[in-house]
Amino acid sequence: MIEISIQKQLQSSEGEMLLDLQVRAERKSLVTLYGKSGAGKTSILRMLAGLMTPDKGRIMVNGSAWFDSERGIDQPPQKRKIGFVFQDYALFPNMTVKDNLIFAGGGDSENIVKDLIELTELKALENRKPGTLSGGQQQRVALARALVQRPEILMLDEPLSALDREMRLKLQHYILDLHREFELTTILVSHDISEILKMSDRIIELDHGKVVREGTPGEVFTSREISGKFQFTGEVIEIKKQDFLYIISILIGKDLVKVIADEKEGSGLQPGDKVLVASKAFNPVIRKIE
Amino acid sequence: MINWDPLLLTFKLAFITTVILLVISMPLAYWLSFSKTRVKPVIETLVSMPLVLPPTVLGFYLLVAFSPSNAFGSWLDRWLGLQLVFSFEGLVFASLIYSLPFMVHPIQSGFSSLSKSLIEAAYVLGKSKTATLFRVLLPNIKPSLLTGVVLAFAHTIGEFGVVLMIGGSMPGKTRVASIAIYDEVESLNYDTANTYSLILFAVTFTILLLVYLVNGGFIKQFWK
Repeated sequence: MIEISIQKQLQSSEGEMLLDLQVRAERKSLVTLYGKSGAGKTSILRMLAGLMTPDKGRIMVNGSAWFDSERGIDQPPQKRKIGFVFQDYALFPNMTVKDNLIFAGGGDSENIVKDLIELTELKALENRKPGTLSGGQQQRVALARALVQRPEILMLDEPLSALDREMRLKLQHYILDLHREFELTTILVSHDISEILKMSDRIIELDHGKVVREGTPGEVFTSREISGKFQFTGEVIEIKKQDFLYIISILIGKDLVKVIADEKEGSGLQPGDKVLVASKAFNPVIRKIE
Repeated sequence: MINWDPLLLTFKLAFITTVILLVISMPLAYWLSFSKTRVKPVIETLVSMPLVLPPTVLGFYLLVAFSPSNAFGSWLDRWLGLQLVFSFEGLVFASLIYSLPFMVHPIQSGFSSLSKSLIEAAYVLGKSKTATLFRVLLPNIKPSLLTGVVLAFAHTIGEFGVVLMIGGSMPGKTRVASIAIYDEVESLNYDTANTYSLILFAVTFTILLLVYLVNGGFIKQFWK
């Protein structure tokens, strides 16, 4: 369990901003920090990692204090058991992929390094230098390196924002797998809604240094106008016009669904839009599959 | 046959100066790159002064300061047994100050060009400041280190004003090549002056050429 209750004066692009919030994350859950850029998402990660010092407050992790302004406790980043994936990956350019992991692990890390290289499918690249890898490959190395020391908390600062769609989907899958395999408490900074919907257990939405909404992805992103019993959120992939109807392909989770829409609905949509797919007038069919 | 002493002395001076400067400059440049204290501009200015100050001015003040008839000079002599005026030690000391910016600046800009997240990544992975410096930062600024070493070395070979002021021209002790050339010209021995000059020209050209080849990646191409 992570409990953060901090205040920090920040210099943002729009002048001074007071970051003042209380945030909790359950053990083994995946929590996403969501919000506009400059809302304070990255600063929270940095303070949790010990790379930035809050002005006031407390950071408690599994009962022990990492930071407590009243008791004068401020653990250095070296002492906090965390994995951190930086936005620019921060791989050490002078070391090969494997050496990056071994350097991270120190002494007897041979086994875990081998496991992680296998899990992230980096075997073929292990002797290459980071500079010669693609963005997605570097991302996988950064992810593997963050886990070599078997941290309990993994922090990801917009890890997938620089990647194309296909690579993003693949890496979301890696992150989820590792999150479960290593029983991590994962904190993700993201502003890609379909990514958040797919990955997070809980969302914390920030604006100007304050928490504005908090809850499960469904609670935060779904508008309540429709009282349908079945509703999913997805992303529009393709819109095809056929006679007077529109056929809209929507990605919901990992499934591609085709929905028919009339002119009024269809013409207002574009590929990439996030949409809510709900059914309320029809009764769904239930059939046993096993 | 020419007298090799001035050339040997020059290279000995340049070598010692470069080694000491490398050791001093790594922490100094690290501090200048990452510190945020208010005295930093002052220190930066002091480090850069030899770039703009006429070498004779620097040499003159060093001469005055180290003179045994002055408080500081006699203190050095009494407590450390150091006589920095008209001695090889004095030349080394003056060269250290004179060539300092040529070593510090390349290393400092090397540090500054590294992404800050490299340091943070190492800290988060539990690495100490020292381990981060030696395993992550320095290996990634090798071209800057090489540039610093070569510039400091070449610059020490070429110094004249400072050396003349504080060292004079004592054969085998403080008579370095640049001063020997001047002396030979004064005595109209153009041939000897020409020999010294040619050797200095060839050596410095070769050193610089090597740096450009190494930093430009040309050498690596042939090794592979």
